[in-house]
Amino acid sequence: MEILKTYKLYIGGQFTRTESGRSYQIQSASGQAIANACLGSKKDIRNAVQAARKAQASWAAKSAFNRSQIIYRIAEMLETRKGQFIEELVLLGHSNPAAVAEVQSSIDRCIYYAGWADKYQALSSSVNPVSSPHFNFSVPEPMGVIGMVTCQETALIGLISQILPLIVGGNSVVVIANTTKALCAISFAEVLATSDVPGGVVNILTGEVAEMLPTLAGHMDVNALSLAKIEDHLSRNAQEAAVDNLKRCQLYNLDYFDSKNQGLHFITDFQEIKTTWHPIEQIAGGAAGY
Amino acid sequence: MSTTNWNLEPSLESTAVVQLKDQYELFINGQWQAPKAKKYFATINPSDESHLSNIAWATEADVDLAVKAARNAYENVWSKLSGAERGKYLFRIARLMQEKARELAVLETLDGGKPIKESRDIDIPLACNHFFYYAGWADKLQEAFAGQQIESLGVAGQITPWNFPLLMLAWKIAPALACGNTVVLKPAETTSLTALKFAEICQEAGLPAGVVNIITGYGDTGAALVVHPDVNKIAFTGSTAVGKQIQKACIGTDKKLTLELGGKSANIILEDAAVDQAVEGVINAIFYNQGHVCCAGSRLYVQESISAQVIEKLKFRLQSIYVGNPLDKNTDIGAINSKKQLETIEKYISLGREEGAEIYQPACQLPSKGYYCLPTLFTDVAQSARIAQEEIFGPVLAIQTFRTIDEVLQKANNSPYGLAAGVWTDKGARIFGLSSQLRAGVVWANTYNKFDPASPFGGYKESGFGREGGVHGLSAYLKITN
Repeated sequence: MEILKTYKLYIGGQFTRTESGRSYQIQSASGQAIANACLGSKKDIRNAVQAARKAQASWAAKSAFNRSQIIYRIAEMLETRKGQFIEELVLLGHSNPAAVAEVQSSIDRCIYYAGWADKYQALSSSVNPVSSPHFNFSVPEPMGVIGMVTCQETALIGLISQILPLIVGGNSVVVIANTTKALCAISFAEVLATSDVPGGVVNILTGEVAEMLPTLAGHMDVNALSLAKIEDHLSRNAQEAAVDNLKRCQLYNLDYFDSKNQGLHFITDFQEIKTTWHPIEQIAGGAAGY
Repeated sequence: MSTTNWNLEPSLESTAVVQLKDQYELFINGQWQAPKAKKYFATINPSDESHLSNIAWATEADVDLAVKAARNAYENVWSKLSGAERGKYLFRIARLMQEKARELAVLETLDGGKPIKESRDIDIPLACNHFFYYAGWADKLQEAFAGQQIESLGVAGQITPWNFPLLMLAWKIAPALACGNTVVLKPAETTSLTALKFAEICQEAGLPAGVVNIITGYGDTGAALVVHPDVNKIAFTGSTAVGKQIQKACIGTDKKLTLELGGKSANIILEDAAVDQAVEGVINAIFYNQGHVCCAGSRLYVQESISAQVIEKLKFRLQSIYVGNPLDKNTDIGAINSKKQLETIEKYISLGREEGAEIYQPACQLPSKGYYCLPTLFTDVAQSARIAQEEIFGPVLAIQTFRTIDEVLQKANNSPYGLAAGVWTDKGARIFGLSSQLRAGVVWANTYNKFDPASPFGGYKESGFGREGGVHGLSAYLKITN
């Protein structure tokens, strides 16, 4: 007899059931029950935001080189579980070649972003030649806690393409995964849990977007939203709720199989620019400056 | 310390350089056009409440004309010019502004109430420089976005505040034009005159008709611009409350949005700071431009061990601050911009007293007419006090003390705003430690309220999003894809 796996939520580095005690069935392409997933609640969202906030500062404080290695580790872990992801994608109705291609692209995307962790800063910062005797420089800093609804069309590549540029940049995320294809999202959480990504940096919840998103979008301790294409009214309501604390909202409707849709600006979309000034002492009549 | 009696001989800047018209029309499609509704509003000099001129009040129909003119100029002229040619126009505008610098400075002071020494030495030169700076970017945009595709956005709707009227116009128009967009700009209703003068400069520069349109009016004019369906970009500087309305109004549209909003910036003095420099810095941080500065250092945190000394020095320094006629070259604090703003500030001053904070104001004779406010210090302020939490936008400083760096970092970041912060210490490592953990878009270390066209400016959290100035300011006016 086959054992049906229970897919739990991933909050603060723990695999927990939803506090609501509810679940829903995930079905294969042919309509067969393949797993049970947690039907996440508003309270789960709030718990996840708390975990994300707690984890964010120390994640951002890790050296950029270290974040790079940890994200490369995600690719390694994904590689070792390749078979599992292919199997899940096939169960969800993908052809075998399509499943193989999606997993391979996902691994490639991890490697791509791993390399960015200690490079985007240099490309998006500047030393500014101000006219007064000051040292003046601008650097990117993570926005903080980001709320996310992942691509509802793909099971894995969209999820990875949306999460990675954010954590590369030192943010933590609370993710509402693809509802009907949640298998890969929770399996990806298992990858994260074994990749040295500190608990709370990525939190993944399954369930209904309509139920959880309003809480996430209106949460005053969330700094920004990354929204994949969802129903218009859900997106609009989320953006309206976001106004309360002026969340930065990015809307994406991209074909993530296309490697054109990876890049520096997906990282800088969730960075603030901080500019620092300091006077320069004018010594011995010389005009010092930068 | 004894009180010094400052009786300076007035040294008034001449207003002969300014010729005001009785009435100003809207600047649409390169021409002066009367508003469709034929409504006008008065603009006054806040330093003596005298009437300066009447200004057209644009309604929806005028906004629509201006957007059409901007669209037409975008499609048929401006987007077809090379970056180099666009840059030449901007250089030309910068030069014309420099030539009219004194006229612009006097106009700014007459209309807005800011001290002439500030409009003359800071606002106007910075505004000119901003055009000069972005002029040079117009033909180098691709270099700034290597490996990415960039496109202009189209028509930019821009709304500017009354605290730095011409400077904020420059922050908006210069990068917009450099990036290939055309502009409809609405200045604040109390300070339209320099924007209208700028329109004359555009004419004089031979800027193609419709590339810059200036429509004057109140909030309803701005609202009509924000919701106009043919506008591709909204750039707003103003209050957080209005910023939120604008963010909401742009939902579901493709309008790109940048918001430069309020602040309650923390200015932190550590016990190892050069105290006299820090005191001077605090004075500049809060009293510059009557405290009408979104990034004003309005929350002062002084380390407990030196707080008595710092507060005593601040009180002494306040006695030599010259409050009065903005046209007087000696004036440090000019007129409050409007009666409405003076009432807001006075409301907060009584609130501070009611909340139990201790108030200090210097003995000083204020002019009998006009809107003035004494520089005000509040000590014994609770972190939860409204004068420590809310933006006052006036010369009112809330002073608190702290013991440890961890404590002050937490207090400084405990605000919905995140525009700027100041740090005063002699220890380099401490500056970087604090500045990297302060959640603010600009950190001034051992200085305050410095601005430069090359230096990006903008906020974290509810102080807005997007940057103005520097290479980062370009992104606000371009569509960037891979």
